[in-house]
Amino acid sequence: MPLLQIENLTHYFGGLRAVYNYRVEIEKGQIRGLIGPNGAGKTTVFNLITGMYKPTEGRIFFDGTSLTGLRPHQIASMGIGRTFQNLRLWRYMTALDHVKLAHYSRIRYGLTGAFLGTARRQREEKEIEERAYALLEMMGVSRFADQVVTNLPYGVQRKVEMARALAVEPKLLLLDEPTAGMNPEEMRETMEVIRKIRDDLGLAIFLIEHRMKVVMDLCETIQAIDFGALIAEGTPEEIRNNPHVIDAYLGKEGIA
Amino acid sequence: MDSSLHKIRDQLAQVPLLGWLLGALSAVAVEYLAGFPLAQALGLAGIPALFGFETALKKPLLIPSTILYVLVVYVLPAVAVAWLSAALTNRLAAELLRFPLLFSVVIHLGLFYAALHLWASLNDYRVLVVRLTLIAIMLTLSLNVVNGYMGEFSCSHPGFMALGAYAASIFTVAAFVHDDVFGPPLLPPALGPFMFPIALIAGGLVAALGALLVAIPSFRTRGDYLAIISLAFMFIVKSFIENLEIVGGPRGFMNQPPWANLPTVFVWTVICVAVIHNFTSSTLGKAMCAIRDDEIAADAMTVNTRRTKIVAFLFAAFWAGVAGGLFAHVMSYVNPGTFGVLKLSEVLAMVYLGGLNSVIGSIVGAVSLQLLMEALRPLELLKWIFIPILLILFMIFRPTGLIAFKELDVEGLLKPRRKPVEEVEYAAASD
Repeated sequence: MPLLQIENLTHYFGGLRAVYNYRVEIEKGQIRGLIGPNGAGKTTVFNLITGMYKPTEGRIFFDGTSLTGLRPHQIASMGIGRTFQNLRLWRYMTALDHVKLAHYSRIRYGLTGAFLGTARRQREEKEIEERAYALLEMMGVSRFADQVVTNLPYGVQRKVEMARALAVEPKLLLLDEPTAGMNPEEMRETMEVIRKIRDDLGLAIFLIEHRMKVVMDLCETIQAIDFGALIAEGTPEEIRNNPHVIDAYLGKEGIA
Repeated sequence: MDSSLHKIRDQLAQVPLLGWLLGALSAVAVEYLAGFPLAQALGLAGIPALFGFETALKKPLLIPSTILYVLVVYVLPAVAVAWLSAALTNRLAAELLRFPLLFSVVIHLGLFYAALHLWASLNDYRVLVVRLTLIAIMLTLSLNVVNGYMGEFSCSHPGFMALGAYAASIFTVAAFVHDDVFGPPLLPPALGPFMFPIALIAGGLVAALGALLVAIPSFRTRGDYLAIISLAFMFIVKSFIENLEIVGGPRGFMNQPPWANLPTVFVWTVICVAVIHNFTSSTLGKAMCAIRDDEIAADAMTVNTRRTKIVAFLFAAFWAGVAGGLFAHVMSYVNPGTFGVLKLSEVLAMVYLGGLNSVIGSIVGAVSLQLLMEALRPLELLKWIFIPILLILFMIFRPTGLIAFKELDVEGLLKPRRKPVEEVEYAAASD
């Protein structure tokens, strides 16, 4: 049984068909790529998986459980972490608080602990803090732990976001354009981090990317979608030479 | 001249909070022992109730005398004692921190309360103002939970306060007082003061129940809707009570036993501040800030947003209800007119003046605005021109409020400002 299984997923925004008959199967430990021109529906697929949109049709199974009807925070607690295309960080909070907060579903001290500051709460908060700090260290940004994120450089913000997604303890990590807006140096670094995460934590990674170099280097298999429909699937080599993909990106030949 | 001022400032910066509390206590002691004769000698009618603002505004000719009084009675003794005892208090503060933090907090609060109690005991008006100020702190802080930490704009706080005030009053009047409407007491009146906390908690719970009515329809939508619904709720509560004959309708409800004395109000305020501080500094509480800054991201990071919002809202309403219950028993009379738009603007002003997202900011905002309103009372109607102008100026020059986005650092507040000499030597010896 694959970790993530999507069957004929279709989603409409009013009359606009954003995703049509999409399917995918992702196994543990895989790095998968999802490419397609702007507006092809890539982010919509992510939003459907994480429960932010309710699919018009189709089913999504994660770890053998159907995700239909679950709320986003429930889906996230099952082990799906994600990052966002345009960094959705909490602008008045420190980097450390970001990563601590993503432990939310595993807090057991409850409201009594929160109101009264019991010994149990101190212990749990300390554990969470240590784990959060370790994650920031893993991403190499622990020295910014106490800084409010708005003041941090863009590259650091990206890493804080990644650390936050990992704090959910995901089995599947969804990365929406993880190298957007990065220079070549930062891009290389990020690719290494992604590989390291997969190797160390053994989780599956599903990533949307615009830069061909990143997808081709990182992913074992790639899917290409256009106008919400799957147009190709295969190894980087196959995708590179697939005529449908070339058409989607460069336009059809011989029309003019 | 300039450098000597700097020197004084540097010296005073080394006084820990403990030293200032000791200074305040001695200043109050001076007033207690010599306040009346001194005021008479200076030609004042009595001891100035609130640091002489009232006297100064009513009789400008007495301004020099009041300034002199404030200097001699408050400023000089406080500064002198704080300064002279700095070495001692620094060492004491360091010693205290070796015990659990709570111990140190209790000692500081005890000293503070001693000074406050002694100061207030000299004048009945002071007792009233202090209690109203403490209640204002509770209200402001609880509203800050919704408007600051959670970033919604709720307008129903006076409504929650009214619910708490009336519920607690009905409880105490029906159970412990011989009343025209509610008849003879249901329980022996001697039990009353012990049951008072239960009455307050009941008031808080009723307010929280009211909050649930607002929360269910409004939290399915976002933004302005809560402001509109909560404003409507405030008016609904007001007219509901106005039409409820059993509690006197628009004439008001009286006969509440005077159990909300200074120590009671003080203890409840301390509990309220402590619980709200605990909540907002916990990861569960910080989920509110995440919802405020980006709800979609909060959801994706496993935060149960709906639950967090409702809990925060009910929690805030509960404390507003408790504050209302205390208010009713301070005045021994409530009427629905009190809990209207004027009260709302007062609390909102305190929250935004003090600063969003900050426990200490709310305390500062509530105390400064409440005292300002009392001090400017002689201006009568002009007060309501002066205070709004002041608020507008504040919003222009300091839009985030006095102290915003600052967590209350209890240990930092209580720690010694200067290392005692011996400790430095110990540290050197142990290296």
